[in-house]
Amino acid sequence: MADHEHAEHTEHIVPPRTYMIIIFSLLCLTAATVAAAYVNLGPLNIVVALVIATMKATLVVLFFMHAKYSPKRTKLVIMAGIFWLAILLFMTLSDYASRVDYRGIRYPMTQNIALVPSPRA
Amino acid sequence: MHRTGALFGQFETLEQQKDTASLGMWIFLVTEVMFFGGIMLAYTINRHTYFHAFAMGSKTLSLTLGGTNTVVLLASSFTMAMGVWSAQVGKKKLLPVFLTLTIVLGFVFFGIKYVEYAQKFHHHLVPGRNFDITYCVNNPTRCEDMSAEEIKAERVELEEAQAADPDLNAHAQLYYSAYFGMTGLHALHMIIGAGLLFWLLGQSLKGRFSPEWNTPVDLVGLYWHFVDIVWIYLFPLLYLIDRHN
Repeated sequence: MADHEHAEHTEHIVPPRTYMIIIFSLLCLTAATVAAAYVNLGPLNIVVALVIATMKATLVVLFFMHAKYSPKRTKLVIMAGIFWLAILLFMTLSDYASRVDYRGIRYPMTQNIALVPSPRA
Repeated sequence: MHRTGALFGQFETLEQQKDTASLGMWIFLVTEVMFFGGIMLAYTINRHTYFHAFAMGSKTLSLTLGGTNTVVLLASSFTMAMGVWSAQVGKKKLLPVFLTLTIVLGFVFFGIKYVEYAQKFHHHLVPGRNFDITYCVNNPTRCEDMSAEEIKAERVELEEAQAADPDLNAHAQLYYSAYFGMTGLHALHMIIGAGLLFWLLGQSLKGRFSPEWNTPVDLVGLYWHFVDIVWIYLFPLLYLIDRHN
């Protein structure tokens, strides 16, 4: 192990200047997401909101959480986590998107509302 | 808890020891991603199915309070990052200052969240027997914190939503279940985080952290930033549905 090419790189210290740039970017992106919500983009509203949220999350992970300066092993864990989340979302949503229920009604099943009204309606 | 930062037998260097601790924290955070991911998935399916009810529910939230809380939480992440930096460079007096600021911002968040929750109880917007999405429109005098214009705007939105979804009251409860479930679990994480920060503050005042050993500051920092990321997603998902209408 000792002869392994594992140069003892000292811990990377992110300077406060970087943190200030990141927090400023995060606040700008927050303003952008609120502004975008008031523009009618049709089905793209949620896409824009999620893209901005993901940009913010990426900044937090890379800089506040030092992932950019972490060992490859740690980066692998992060990527694996995102990949597993993608499996969860993709498989479940593709099931819902292609599901037909026993009455032959496709998802979304909002058409069923009239069939089964709640007692309070 | 090993306070001195001595090297344990299974590691070659202190750096390797710290990388291992942070790897363990990341693995825990990945399980947290799956935990919140499942809830957000359930939210997504319900939002897609009952969009009008979710849009109606979202518009009853205060964007001012939600937006302020977003800024407060982002700022607390910044002070936490600065705390980690103080520990890394050995600024022993600065570390407790940044930890205190982070705790204060955390409590500002709780305060605003309390105001929001109290308002929802007051407006009969808590899922259950007394849930009534029409409450403020039908009893404007009982919702004295809402202006006449706000009530009027809500009436228009309510009529549109009711026309699109005859069972609006039931489906709006799904939105509010998601709202209380997700923000509640997020707040629970923050309460745990605040507890950890109080502990760190006590340790930092005793001068326990140094450039050679600051692993707890680093790991609590990771946790706090993760909680911030959850809110980064919750804010647009809960507060910003269909605002342009």
